[in-house]
Amino acid sequence: MLSVDVWRGTREGRFQAFQVPRRENQTVLDVVTEIQREQDPTLAYRFACRVGMCGSCAMVVNGRPRWTCRTRVSEVADDGHLRLEPLRNLTVVKDLAVEMTQFFDKWRDAKGFFEPGPTPGTDFATVSPATPERQAADAGIECIGCGVCYSACDVVAWDKDYLGPAALNRAWTLVNDVRDAGNDARLAAISGDSGCVACHTHMSCTKFCPKAIAPTYAIAGLKRAVLSRALRSRTSRGRT
Amino acid sequence: MSAALFVAQRLSAVVLALAVAIHLGTILYAVRGGLTAGDILGRTHGNIWLAGFYTAFVIAVAIHAPIGLRNIVREWTAWRGTTLDVLMALFALALLSLGVRAVTAVFVA
Amino acid sequence: MMRASHRQPGFAAALAHRLSGLALAIFLPLHFLALATALNGADALEAFLAVTRNPFVKASELGIVVALAIHMTLGLRVLAIELLDFRERTLAALSACVACAFAVGLVFLLNAG
Repeated sequence: MLSVDVWRGTREGRFQAFQVPRRENQTVLDVVTEIQREQDPTLAYRFACRVGMCGSCAMVVNGRPRWTCRTRVSEVADDGHLRLEPLRNLTVVKDLAVEMTQFFDKWRDAKGFFEPGPTPGTDFATVSPATPERQAADAGIECIGCGVCYSACDVVAWDKDYLGPAALNRAWTLVNDVRDAGNDARLAAISGDSGCVACHTHMSCTKFCPKAIAPTYAIAGLKRAVLSRALRSRTSRGRT
Repeated sequence: MSAALFVAQRLSAVVLALAVAIHLGTILYAVRGGLTAGDILGRTHGNIWLAGFYTAFVIAVAIHAPIGLRNIVREWTAWRGTTLDVLMALFALALLSLGVRAVTAVFVA
Repeated sequence: MMRASHRQPGFAAALAHRLSGLALAIFLPLHFLALATALNGADALEAFLAVTRNPFVKASELGIVVALAIHMTLGLRVLAIELLDFRERTLAALSACVACAFAVGLVFLLNAG
């Protein structure tokens, strides 16, 4: 038997203990689903694809943020004990479900969306996958917005306005998109006090990302972009 | 504004990396057999190169330290905003003036 | 139970970097004030130095030297990641930084002891 402590409530609440039979190849999502279907239908949690593609099932399992559908119980419950909590740094809606609005608002605030500009090309752009820019973009575009990195980030916990690893990683993929015309506004958006400069390279985002994306290095790239933009504008001002 | 702070902190960090390496090396060497005022002032008195080096060191520190402190306060306390920025600017001025005073002291003494 | 993000070597590095910087920021004005006693002549500085020749101050000096060394090495790590796109094994890099800082401390202890 597994003993499972599940967070119940919102910001205030308590852990409720359940006993769930151990089964072969069981995932943590299987456990949560069994609890909700067989033992307590009032338990709120999220999932969708259940095969590691959508990121909806992200929550904190024994202290680490991860996808429950891709976490085998045998991998994490060494002493037969599971502790399930909602993702950190986001408002808890109920039990294991969190409010993702702030996460995606920051995505928007970081200008993490493609900007075609006033004169988008009329034909397909030719972008070689081997160029450094495209490789940098490709390294980060697989992000599905699951929120694991955001939950893991200490700076998000310390600074409510910090844009966070996912939004900044997305911004970096667009900075490297040669078709994009919005990089002036984007770099301005991510260079404030709560932008890329607030990252202190703790690297928890990189450690816990289930897609093996490294937001730390994307943010480092943004910092370099901020630096060269600042130095370039200073030297061009000096020339006039 | 804080893109500028970030740039200033990183650039001053590069200057300090060099200055600290030199300073640490010097101190490790100089403390051998104990360090007296005479030892220190014997090296620094009238030494314009040393005075120039340490003045640059002081300027870089006066830029670097307050920005770091500002980050700590903003992230670990609830305090942020203009009053904090003003206080950090004052701390920068304090470091600058105390530092230049110290450099002058060992140059003229 | 320490949260998972605090058990990362990158967090330990950032914390050590921050705390050593804080210690240095507190130390520095005192250092400047101490040196400025030379404005009253070499004897004034010597009198001050005489006061500092006790084990407690020596230990604090060692602490500050190590703090400075570790702040510099960890800062170089940050600069390498940010400016040189250095991708390292964090624990290895952190260990190297700490080792260098302790080496500096050891040399100081041997020379000043």
